[in-house]
Amino acid sequence: MYAIIVGGGKVGYYLAKEMLSEMHEVLIIEQDSAKCERIAEELGDIVLRGDGCEAATMEAAGFGRADMVIAVTGDDEDNLICCQVAKAMFSVPRTIARLNNPKNQDIFRLLGIDTTVSATAAILAQIEQELPTHPVLHLLKLHHGLELIDIKVPSGAGVSGKRVKELLLPHGAMIVLVIGDDGAPKHTSPETAIQAGDDILAVTPTENEDALRTILTQP
Amino acid sequence: MKVVIMGCGRVGATLAAMLSEEGHDVMVLDTRADAFRRLPQGFKGKRHVGNGIDQDVLARIGVGEADAFVAVTQGDNRNVMATQMAKHIFGVKRTLCRIYDPIREEIYRDLGLETISPTIVGAKLLHERLLHTKEPA
Repeated sequence: MYAIIVGGGKVGYYLAKEMLSEMHEVLIIEQDSAKCERIAEELGDIVLRGDGCEAATMEAAGFGRADMVIAVTGDDEDNLICCQVAKAMFSVPRTIARLNNPKNQDIFRLLGIDTTVSATAAILAQIEQELPTHPVLHLLKLHHGLELIDIKVPSGAGVSGKRVKELLLPHGAMIVLVIGDDGAPKHTSPETAIQAGDDILAVTPTENEDALRTILTQP
Repeated sequence: MKVVIMGCGRVGATLAAMLSEEGHDVMVLDTRADAFRRLPQGFKGKRHVGNGIDQDVLARIGVGEADAFVAVTQGDNRNVMATQMAKHIFGVKRTLCRIYDPIREEIYRDLGLETISPTIVGAKLLHERLLHTKEPA
């Protein structure tokens, strides 16, 4: 398999090293000449100096026969454009982009990038799972920009004592299940009363997540 | 018309001043506050320090309510990304994107963006002037 890695920083370097050891053909594109020299010294002649979004460089790198393009620079805009051009101009079958800002996941998907990877999102997911007091757990990304989240109602929250139907939820948000402090799920209807300590499972458009959290957690 | 201009360089600042002078509601966005020095004295539009490829920033300045979005930062890729966000996430009806690199410009024009390449426009103007107009007396 021929993989082109755009960005010769730490991520690109170690990725290339691993893939080389698995006998893949790898090329790194990097703009900085000092980084290029270091990579060439340690990994051999597998680096091309240039701009991975520039058509001439992409041509020289052989994007046309690449099975995979992996854009791992420190700038999301460069990773996005590299992958988009790889698809539009060179019909690369698989594009993978590193995200620095995890919120860019949706726009990257919308614009046709096959896979996105965000260290920030991965670490956040770990923290959320290991700290049960974290107010919002991201459970699942659904289609159409919706997600399923779990919000813990803190003590002293204004919604405590209210019924589901009395809540002023943001547009498109819906409460699907209330789980009591004791871990028992409640049959959830518009009449269900919310208590402090409840876990509320809700479906919401991603852009209204903050608003929903505010409503369910503010005093 | 409500217009958001991303990038307060020479072109961004000049366009902002022109539109504002004509009575349009203009918001200029730049990552550096000192870029706003290029705006004329008495500029009536709004200024905002922030990164136009950050969705939170675009949401905060109300890009969703803008009639038009113009991306004129120094970075082609930044302009392309911000324009696509304005168009596809925030549903801005009219978006204009400056792309210096003519090849990238063609690609994104084919992908449905309204683009301008100053490289092509500038070269054509110079070519026209050189070959088809007389030297001024």
